[in-house]
Amino acid sequence: MRLLTHNMLSSNIKGVANGFPLLIEVEKVIEKQVDFNPDFLKNIFPKIEWQALVQASRSMGYSELPEESPESSMLDSDDFLMKFHHVLLELHLEEGALVCPETGRKFPVNKGIPNMLLHEDEV
Amino acid sequence: MKLKQLESVLGDLEQFSNPKAENSFGDVSNKVVADFGCGCGTLGAAAALLGADQVIAIDIDSDSLELASENAVDLELDIDFVQCDIRNLEWRGHVDTVVMNPPFGTRKKGVDMDFLSMALKVASQAVYSLHKTSTREHVKKAALRDFNASSAEVLCELRYDVPQLYKFHKKKEVDIAVDLWRFVPKRNQGRGI
Repeated sequence: MRLLTHNMLSSNIKGVANGFPLLIEVEKVIEKQVDFNPDFLKNIFPKIEWQALVQASRSMGYSELPEESPESSMLDSDDFLMKFHHVLLELHLEEGALVCPETGRKFPVNKGIPNMLLHEDEV
Repeated sequence: MKLKQLESVLGDLEQFSNPKAENSFGDVSNKVVADFGCGCGTLGAAAALLGADQVIAIDIDSDSLELASENAVDLELDIDFVQCDIRNLEWRGHVDTVVMNPPFGTRKKGVDMDFLSMALKVASQAVYSLHKTSTREHVKKAALRDFNASSAEVLCELRYDVPQLYKFHKKKEVDIAVDLWRFVPKRNQGRGI
């Protein structure tokens, strides 16, 4: 699971008001190279929850993403775009868990696939 | 070239090799696409081959997801998979386009409409979906009246053979008429925050 997906997933337990972002418990991170596409990155940037992305990247062991939400002028910097690209698309949580920020409930991640199936009492 | 590649690799899914999605509407190329109820991943793979920038494929079943993962690897496609029941998906923000071949609702009544409802919430630009032709009027009404679609168009009608895939299938094979729909959510801002 890459961080682009993590940036859109929320805890789906019934009654949870603040299920986003899910916290990340890391057991194994892998990196998969993806072709650099600055147009895609500029397009997707306004749709990304920046804080969630930064937090997630730090959980995954990457600390070079600036904490403050970058100004749009940063999108002209290839240096910035490459970091954004790397974090958003190339870091994968292969094994670990996503954790509901409100209830602490863990959604396991195996072979890169998060399991968001709910138990009967959570629906 | 991409279309040929798609057709040769996904031979079984001729019914949904939909060049229209890309050629007429620009809903797939350079977009973020989600495949709801991906099964073994064919639609998501199709979207990736047609130039989607990122594909996220969601299904409830572990075996399907495992197969879909393997298929993606075989096709050298980079697709993210999530295991979830679409009916209780919680999504922050939007993807550009949702593609799906939802369960028809013969067993879990109404599940096809649950899928459509969720798809129209999650997509900012377009939803492509397959529904039985026999439900055409019902689908159109629900989409426009209840699920916030600004438009609902049948792109084409397909007939396909469903082979005996599941234990609950009583016949060896059944021939059904299916509509390929394109829905546009009202929001349709293109930015989808």
